[in-house]
Amino acid sequence: MEPAMFAAGPTGTFMPHATQGHVLCCLCGTSIAPNPTNMCVNCIRTQVDITEGIQKQVTILWCKSCGRYLQPPKHWLKADLESKELLTYCIKRVKGLQKVKLVDAAFIWTEPHSMRLKAKLTIQGEVLNGAILQQSFVVEYVVERHMCPTCNRQNANPNSWVACVQVRQHVQHKRTFFFLEQLILKHGADESCVNVKEMHEGVDFYFANRAHAVKFIDFLQTVVPIRYRHDKQLVSHDVHTSNYNYKYTFSVEIAPLCKDDLVCLPAKQAAALGNIGPLVLVTRVTNAITLTDPLTLRQAVLEAPAFWRSPLRPMMGSRQLTEFYILDSEAAQQGGFGAGSSRYALATCEVARAADFGSNDRTFFARTHLGHLLHAGDTAVGYDVANANLVDPELEKALHKGLTLPDAILVRKSYEEKRRRRRARGEHQRPWKLKRLVVEVGEEEAGTAAPHRGRGVSVADQQAADMERFLQELEEDPEMRARVALYRDPHFDPAAVAARQQAAMADTDEEDGDVPQVPLEELLEDLAALGLQEGDGDGEDDGGSVDMME
Amino acid sequence: MASRCQFENSNDVGVFANLTSSYCITALGAAENFYSVFEAELADHIPVIKASVAGTRLVGRMTVGNRNGLLLPNTTTDQELMHIRNSLPDEVVVQRIDERLSALGNCIACNDYVALIHPDIDRETEEIVADVLGVEVFRQTIAGNVLVGSYCKFTNHGGLVAPQTTVEDLDELSSLLQVPLVAGTVNRGSDVIGAGMMANDWAAFCGLDTTSTELSVVESVFKLREARPQQIVNEMRASLIDSMI
Repeated sequence: MEPAMFAAGPTGTFMPHATQGHVLCCLCGTSIAPNPTNMCVNCIRTQVDITEGIQKQVTILWCKSCGRYLQPPKHWLKADLESKELLTYCIKRVKGLQKVKLVDAAFIWTEPHSMRLKAKLTIQGEVLNGAILQQSFVVEYVVERHMCPTCNRQNANPNSWVACVQVRQHVQHKRTFFFLEQLILKHGADESCVNVKEMHEGVDFYFANRAHAVKFIDFLQTVVPIRYRHDKQLVSHDVHTSNYNYKYTFSVEIAPLCKDDLVCLPAKQAAALGNIGPLVLVTRVTNAITLTDPLTLRQAVLEAPAFWRSPLRPMMGSRQLTEFYILDSEAAQQGGFGAGSSRYALATCEVARAADFGSNDRTFFARTHLGHLLHAGDTAVGYDVANANLVDPELEKALHKGLTLPDAILVRKSYEEKRRRRRARGEHQRPWKLKRLVVEVGEEEAGTAAPHRGRGVSVADQQAADMERFLQELEEDPEMRARVALYRDPHFDPAAVAARQQAAMADTDEEDGDVPQVPLEELLEDLAALGLQEGDGDGEDDGGSVDMME
Repeated sequence: MASRCQFENSNDVGVFANLTSSYCITALGAAENFYSVFEAELADHIPVIKASVAGTRLVGRMTVGNRNGLLLPNTTTDQELMHIRNSLPDEVVVQRIDERLSALGNCIACNDYVALIHPDIDRETEEIVADVLGVEVFRQTIAGNVLVGSYCKFTNHGGLVAPQTTVEDLDELSSLLQVPLVAGTVNRGSDVIGAGMMANDWAAFCGLDTTSTELSVVESVFKLREARPQQIVNEMRASLIDSMI
């Protein structure tokens, strides 16, 4: 039989007054208003239980050391007692709530040490002939202690690792790694890193999981030109389940070309890049290497795979840079192919080595790509090719083919003189600082750190110098700066510096205002504002890394 | 007396049987259980017959009748009509009617004097109902429901209507029918009264799910507690003697 339908008449028609009658509840006989079940509420409650099939007791896992709750399968959720988050979590853990509608939920107070949570849930469900019944019930949560994997690892062996990424660059300085460190920090690539160890010519990154290591390498591939190989070592093996337990090692090599390096391209490669060079400067290193011919302004971009197909070695590196004085600069008419580049301007400069100044009158003429920066009286750093002892098979071949070497190749404008002067006035403090990774010194590195190397310069001094050069590079190159995060130094007092500058201006009339500096508006808020206290730096010092601000 | 019964696990006994004061028609079940309930209760007084209508067992919903007559839908076969005619007492008029709404039991509710019919029933049918059943006919709805036969059940003593019926409707109906009416349920809260039960002047049968509360409502509204066939005879005799003296 079809169910009763009660059609309301359309508005405007005459509706006789209707008084709802009463019927007897079909079970207990009390007089009630008719409803779809024709039973009183109490009788419906005795007949049907809409909470049937809903879990009334649930076990939840709680990590004692970090106070988080396990949200299966793997997530650990931080929530306070009686908090909204915890209630949401608790409701999610109850099975069978999908069939009914949840109307209200609240915690019932329990003693915290009872390890029980009680939540009172009110639900609505459909019963019998479409009647909706509302019912409240209490779900009891048994809180069981279970240490989360993070805490477990921290308590057991924080440094246990499964995958190791050994990043190496076979060059004499550490600037690439300083830059890489900033990139890693900015992108949070070290999130899953268990440990970082500084090794000879590189850094080792340790991970608890192979996938984390692969992800890290993927990150590296996007920021520096690398190649890598991976190996695995069998740790244990269960013959019954065919479970193999490996330790994975990834050997990552960063291209040994750095910014400012001078390279002599092999004839074949120079041809492939559009007859550039063959003497070129490395002007930019990202995941591709940008080569610039200082004599013609032509540029070529070498992608990482192309680089590794025929690896190049630098002919001269930043260690061999010498300082030159610009005696005269004359813009050169540029013609031919390289005309498109607006970053540089071709010029012919008459230069003298700073070391020669005052002892002889030897000057050189140098074609340079820095015509837009260099004026008479400036200083620049460059390669003193004429006096260099060059050993490079590609250069030999090029010379055989009739290449004439320029006497000097200028690489960049130098602000060293002005910086020196500023430092003498005590104005060397930077208004910004960088974050540092917590790095542990590896065994080999620790071994070589103590005795002085070759020319009487300790490794620490060398690193400090590299760091200083890296910071100067950041100041000079806004593009490079854009890729890292700089923070406001809380100890920097702009007012005091301004006052000192005023005084200095009064003393001397030397102007050195064009030393590149980082605009204050580019700086991010202080480290402390991001929840990183100075005290957090303890780890850095323990790690043996150079404190960059000193 | 009201009793509970069941037709092949179905509580809607009113669908499978038609009970009046002068005959009872039951469906042909696989087992004799259903028939035997009626036989035990009624066979001493009225004929209890087994029949089918239009080849179906829905005897109660397809037919409508009272002490005076029985109406069958036009889908009834000649053979069935003949069987029913032969089995019923001669004074009961059996008639097959040509009506579009063929579930007559759903569309018509009647006792021996009054009938409520579905508002859309043909005028000819209305006349036939009045003639054959000897009743006064009203086009009515029960709580807005046109299937008057499904949503109410009344005898010469009283009646039960669907629980949603308003007090005003209840008053109107009971003044039309001239019997006391009550809103109630059968079969543990079901509002399809006509399908869930059947009743005559001295007996009622409800589905097996009917609770004792519902049964007591049925018994009191249909006045079945003291009602027995002999009781009626005694009453009539008493009143006759009264009027003769």
